[in-house]
Amino acid sequence: MRFHHGPLSIGALLLPLLMVFPACEQGGGDSGDTDSDAPREEISITAVYTGAEQKAFEAVLDAFMEANPGIEVVYRSAGDELPTVLETAVRGGNPPDLAMLPQPGVVADFAGRGELQSLDFVRKAVVDNLGEYAVQLGTVDGDFYSFLVLTNNGSPIWYNVDLFKQAGVNPPATWEELLEAAETLKASGVSTYSFGGADGWTLSAIFENIYLRTAGPERYDQLAKHEIPWTHPSVKEALRYMGQLFEDPDNIAGGPQGALETDFPTSVTQVFSEPPRAALTIIADFAYGVITDSTSAKPVSDFNVFDFPSIEGSEPAVVGGGDSVVMFTDGEAARALVEYLTTVEAAQTIVTEGPWSSLHTGLDPSVYPDPIRRGTGAGLLEAEIFRFYLADLQPPEFGATVGQGLWKLFQDFLLDPDDVDGIAVKMEKAAAEAFE
Amino acid sequence: MASLSRWRRRPLRRLNKESRLRVLSPAAGKAQGVGANGARGRRSWRAHVVPLSFVAPAALLLAVWLIYPVVYTVVRSFFDRSGAHWIGVDNYIELFTSDFLVTAIKNNALWVVVVPAVVTAFGLILAVLTERISWVAAFRLVVFMPMAISLFTAGVIWRLVYEKAPDRGALNAVIAAGQEAVRPAGELAEAVPSTDSVRELPTGGLALAQNLSRGDVALLGLTQIPESEVPEGAVEATRPNPLATGISGVVWRDFRPGGGVPGMVERGELGLATIAVEIRDERGQIISETTTRADGTFAFDQVPRGSYVVSVAEQNFVRPFEGISWLGPSLITPAIMIAYTWVWTGFALVVIAAGLAVLPRELLEAARLDGASESQVLRHITVPLLAPVLTAVFVTMLINVLKVFDVVLAIAPGSVQDDANVIALAMWRTAFGGKNDFGLASAIAVLLLVLVLPSLFLNMRRFRREL
Repeated sequence: MRFHHGPLSIGALLLPLLMVFPACEQGGGDSGDTDSDAPREEISITAVYTGAEQKAFEAVLDAFMEANPGIEVVYRSAGDELPTVLETAVRGGNPPDLAMLPQPGVVADFAGRGELQSLDFVRKAVVDNLGEYAVQLGTVDGDFYSFLVLTNNGSPIWYNVDLFKQAGVNPPATWEELLEAAETLKASGVSTYSFGGADGWTLSAIFENIYLRTAGPERYDQLAKHEIPWTHPSVKEALRYMGQLFEDPDNIAGGPQGALETDFPTSVTQVFSEPPRAALTIIADFAYGVITDSTSAKPVSDFNVFDFPSIEGSEPAVVGGGDSVVMFTDGEAARALVEYLTTVEAAQTIVTEGPWSSLHTGLDPSVYPDPIRRGTGAGLLEAEIFRFYLADLQPPEFGATVGQGLWKLFQDFLLDPDDVDGIAVKMEKAAAEAFE
Repeated sequence: MASLSRWRRRPLRRLNKESRLRVLSPAAGKAQGVGANGARGRRSWRAHVVPLSFVAPAALLLAVWLIYPVVYTVVRSFFDRSGAHWIGVDNYIELFTSDFLVTAIKNNALWVVVVPAVVTAFGLILAVLTERISWVAAFRLVVFMPMAISLFTAGVIWRLVYEKAPDRGALNAVIAAGQEAVRPAGELAEAVPSTDSVRELPTGGLALAQNLSRGDVALLGLTQIPESEVPEGAVEATRPNPLATGISGVVWRDFRPGGGVPGMVERGELGLATIAVEIRDERGQIISETTTRADGTFAFDQVPRGSYVVSVAEQNFVRPFEGISWLGPSLITPAIMIAYTWVWTGFALVVIAAGLAVLPRELLEAARLDGASESQVLRHITVPLLAPVLTAVFVTMLINVLKVFDVVLAIAPGSVQDDANVIALAMWRTAFGGKNDFGLASAIAVLLLVLVLPSLFLNMRRFRREL
């Protein structure tokens, strides 16, 4: 299981090995060519997937190769150190033809240095199938370089069905109902919220969900580009809403300090363990795999999911992330694969074989293999508004670094939710430094 | 092992100067021979080429893997993040001004002050104490065992040990078990009053805010009690009838699915059985005690006239131990130091024990014969004689501690990595932790290098003295 935002692993220490490794593999690949009669064009694609995710992604590539017998696609996993591995490969003059990048910031970085090839040839297909925003997201300085191939839905709330039943509360649809349910859950003898505060991204995703609902998509985009400061009234308003989740220490599993020591997987499993330590957790759809792998909870009867509630009548909105394809080396075979990734067939294989969701509008949610993922997948398709994780659109030292910037400040905010103004000022200071 | 045997050798050398030649390795002998050749002044090309060809492979490897990276890192530290612009000493200015790095430097200083001394002291104490027990080998094996696991793995183990929740963290589980034995948690540990009519007493326990007298009914509604923790045998709560000459009442879980109306005994709400209830007079003296029945009701049959406070006794509310926040910002550095000491004490123990084994017994015995106590022997004989070994352990630990990295990364959760930061971790986080600022990271690396250099020279001088 790969966690989209997961903390940087110790894998960086293995970097020297990884730098050597692709070169070794290259030699093996060439000799393999002689097996087939017709000359097959070979292209390579690099991404983070390993294990089960690698199998699922390779199923997508296999389907492509079946449809295009003249092309051989070689997948190479770079693990969580993908940006560093790609950086090294690019500097060494030997980048893969294609790569799947989870961080828009890295895409922008490569694009800015002229390392990426334009994907204009699929612009229309992307607009038609994934929407205008997908193009906007993949555009750097007016040129279109990448689009989201597989997505996660960062707006579900996972809850313990038994605890909701015991407390007599229903999945809330509005913010007020959520706060009310939290009071009732607490009175029933269980902490309502489980936060994975040790991983700052779990907290920033909650803020992003609130901000998208209270400030709207235009402000969201402005804040993403730092066109409005983090001290803007809209940010403070969203922080005040967020503070309502944090203000009662008794209603947080382990208390605020305990929450800061709880990592993402534990924050999910402790809602469904025996005895449960909290009634719900606000976290992206990839928590599904954590629940099914690490607890004995059964979908629908033991655990279920509802959408992040509407705030003051806001429309259904989803914050999410995902991996975008980029092209380092232009070529017919590479273009064919990029085109294939915009099709509904590819989207179907992605959601049925892998743990991912898709933004593809042609996708019928019923293809998702189980009811829970059908729900989160449909949530993604039905949302009026979709926005990428805001923290991931920031310079990484501000938006995506363990123990620094946004992640750290949201952790501080969890401990002291009354200090809205102070946190906003610190966020603006850190943002200003990062944007220079 | 090579360095280990060197330490063991040192005291030997003092005893028996001739043995020195025998213990010198063949390689060292050859190197001396070559040097002697050159000194004799034979100036044929062979005299230059042969030694060079011996040195060349090592020199080449050193140049590629050590000298070039060091030089490149120093150069890189004067460039900005992109590597394209020369920015002079800006990175070094940031190094000593940003909070992030100043914390790291401070923490590292703390590590240097505390850990090498503690590890050496522990090693010495354990070595001396275990010297004469019969199962010393087994004991030392156990203490040395952490050295067999990688530091990172040790860090992961200690991360689990330090978890806050007593049902997950081993250390807090032990403390919780201790506390449970001394002062067991009450049945209503988490409970709070459901309405304002019940207040918390300053002594612990909950009481009705209003004083009661004969004929009144006390409604003690409590909430936040998990269904699973309602005392066994509970049935639906009932509102008791008033008593003519006494006070009756009910303690119940004032909650039913959906919430219910606080303060009212409703259908579906459970009585809390076997709860200790007491009434006090106006001076706070306990008049009478009783426990609740299955439906939560209780009664004090004969109560003199007057007004009384009805309360649920304090022992019901003793909270279970919630766990010490070892991984919180204030304890994280000491917590990591303990884990690190756990790993390295074995190393210190083995090296010091080896030195101890070859101490001249006659000195120790002479001191004892002269009436020296064991602590005097330790202070005035053992430690001075062991000084070279202790210094070696200390300096080795000093270098280790300066570059401490993996345990910190493994133990400190993301939320406190700033508080637990050390220079090597700061370097890694700056280079690979998202910021990817190789310029600043190089400056941090250079700082680390400069800090390690003195102890390196110290070690080299010791090494040269030995040859």
